[in-house]
Amino acid sequence: MAEEKRLMKGNEAIGEAAIRAGCRAYFGYPITPQNELTAYMARHMLDLKRTFIQAESEVSAINMVFGAASTGARSMTSSSSPGISLKQEGISYACGADVPCVIVNVARSGPGLGGISPSQGDYFQSTRGGGHGDYYTFVLAPKSVQEAADLTYLAFDLADKWRVPVLILADGLIGQMMEGVVFPKERDPSSLPAKPWATGNQYKTHRPINHVTSLNLMPLELEAQNNRRFERYAEIAKSEVRYEEMNVDKAELILVAYGSSSRISLGAIQAAKALGIELGLFRPISLWPFPAKRMAELAAKGKRFLVVEMSKGQMVEDVRLAVNGKSPVDFYGRCGGVIPTEEEVLAEARRVLGK
Amino acid sequence: MELAYGHPKSLKPIQTKYCPGCGHGVIHRLICEVIDELGLQERSIITNPVGCSIWADLYFDFDSVQPPHGRTPAAATGVKRMLPDHLVVCYQGDGDLAAIGTAEIIHAANRGEKFTTIFVNNAIYGMTGGQMAPTTLVGQKATTAPNGRDPGEAGMGYPIRVCELLGQLEGTKYLARGAVNNAVNVRKTKQYIKKAFEAQMRGEGFTMVEILSQCPTNWGLEPGAAVEWLEKNLIPFYQLGEIKDKLDGAAAPVKEAGK
Repeated sequence: MAEEKRLMKGNEAIGEAAIRAGCRAYFGYPITPQNELTAYMARHMLDLKRTFIQAESEVSAINMVFGAASTGARSMTSSSSPGISLKQEGISYACGADVPCVIVNVARSGPGLGGISPSQGDYFQSTRGGGHGDYYTFVLAPKSVQEAADLTYLAFDLADKWRVPVLILADGLIGQMMEGVVFPKERDPSSLPAKPWATGNQYKTHRPINHVTSLNLMPLELEAQNNRRFERYAEIAKSEVRYEEMNVDKAELILVAYGSSSRISLGAIQAAKALGIELGLFRPISLWPFPAKRMAELAAKGKRFLVVEMSKGQMVEDVRLAVNGKSPVDFYGRCGGVIPTEEEVLAEARRVLGK
Repeated sequence: MELAYGHPKSLKPIQTKYCPGCGHGVIHRLICEVIDELGLQERSIITNPVGCSIWADLYFDFDSVQPPHGRTPAAATGVKRMLPDHLVVCYQGDGDLAAIGTAEIIHAANRGEKFTTIFVNNAIYGMTGGQMAPTTLVGQKATTAPNGRDPGEAGMGYPIRVCELLGQLEGTKYLARGAVNNAVNVRKTKQYIKKAFEAQMRGEGFTMVEILSQCPTNWGLEPGAAVEWLEKNLIPFYQLGEIKDKLDGAAAPVKEAGK
């Protein structure tokens, strides 16, 4: 029987998807606008006899994830922008020790305490590693409650497959709004990949001891270790790029947007159509790895772009790097928790096109 | 004939990088002796601190996890919750536990996390080169307290008695303070560790053994003089013994030497 469609908030859908993906341990700390997620996990993880801890801080929560994931258990934490900043130390260690885990950022506006309204101002932090050292994490950006659930479910598989932390970059809009969602099936724990590198249970196999660590004081060894990780990153960039495009062939101008701003851009595209203006949409789903190759192809065809973000312009830098001067790239953004309207986006598109 | 004394199986037979007279080597050995006696080598995981004993994973012959500075109790929480039938040893120094990781240790203790913390208190930062620790005594010199720790005008605060602080929390079941300055205290410290590990394996709650330890290099003393300095200065301030024992199990109090 097909799964029934449920009406849920994005925050809760992320929680349910994580549970179904086999998340055995969740560690959180309250922060708006992701509190429903922590509450959902408290309710359901404890019922399922899995681990839920309300940690004393975001710093502790990510390190609890580090510990739990070091034993091979699927583990997750969630927060919102200021809390994600606090987790960066732990994320850097998880990357350095190749510990797979899932981190959810239901982003709000900044900098500093900023506000609690949705924002896309964490793009740089998310896609450039965010903490100290040479590394990346997967960054997946859902546009809807359904996609928030699907990408969270996928995130655990990607993390395990590549031994890389996966960041879900949502925002307050995705987290708070209610939409219909159909969930993937509960993962059979016996179907999850083996983790021969994990700590614990040595007595069962008498294998050599395992160290989960990012420490290496020998420069040449550490360089080699980092190089091996970057070889993995290169494989990821080849095989794990995700994006959606719409009407790009006919479009006079392609709007480039992810998450919430792509929904608004879609409205602008529909309004333009009524005026006889063909706009397209290019929506990166994986922000890292960024779909640079496809963007370059579109640029080579002479397509021009308008990047729409809820920030002062962050993803636009990746678009410009991908396009590499081959075609014009314009930017429209609102920040501080202001959500751009379809009308504003349409007006900007018309200005760019001179129509 | 039964072997009465030898190198513990859980401790790798290699020379450590620790300075002459440092206490870490003895403490490593005590942990391993107890693990061997309890038959837990392949069921043990150590979460390492940041500090001199960051080398722990070179020496302990069982699994390890290396969290960031001070976050060790949080990581140990994650490990132990996933593997409740394992022995999880959270090894921390005074900077790690009582400065940068204060929040983590207090809340892990308060939740009654069922791992054992081995808290090595040498009243100084070792690896970074002799800076003032939260447990540095008033008047004790450090590179960041060149005229001695001054809680008055310089506002350097007072040494923290961690066992007594944590003792107020209901989640803590067993808190003992030993030292590795002489054979009697080494043996007693081993008994504390054994009692804590056994309590952990019974799942009783938070257990910690604080161990006063020598740091001759950063105290600016010869190894022998460092032992004397510990006896004259640290032991009078940091009372040795079982500071809190609320274990439900059959464990009897560790007997005082000579009684």
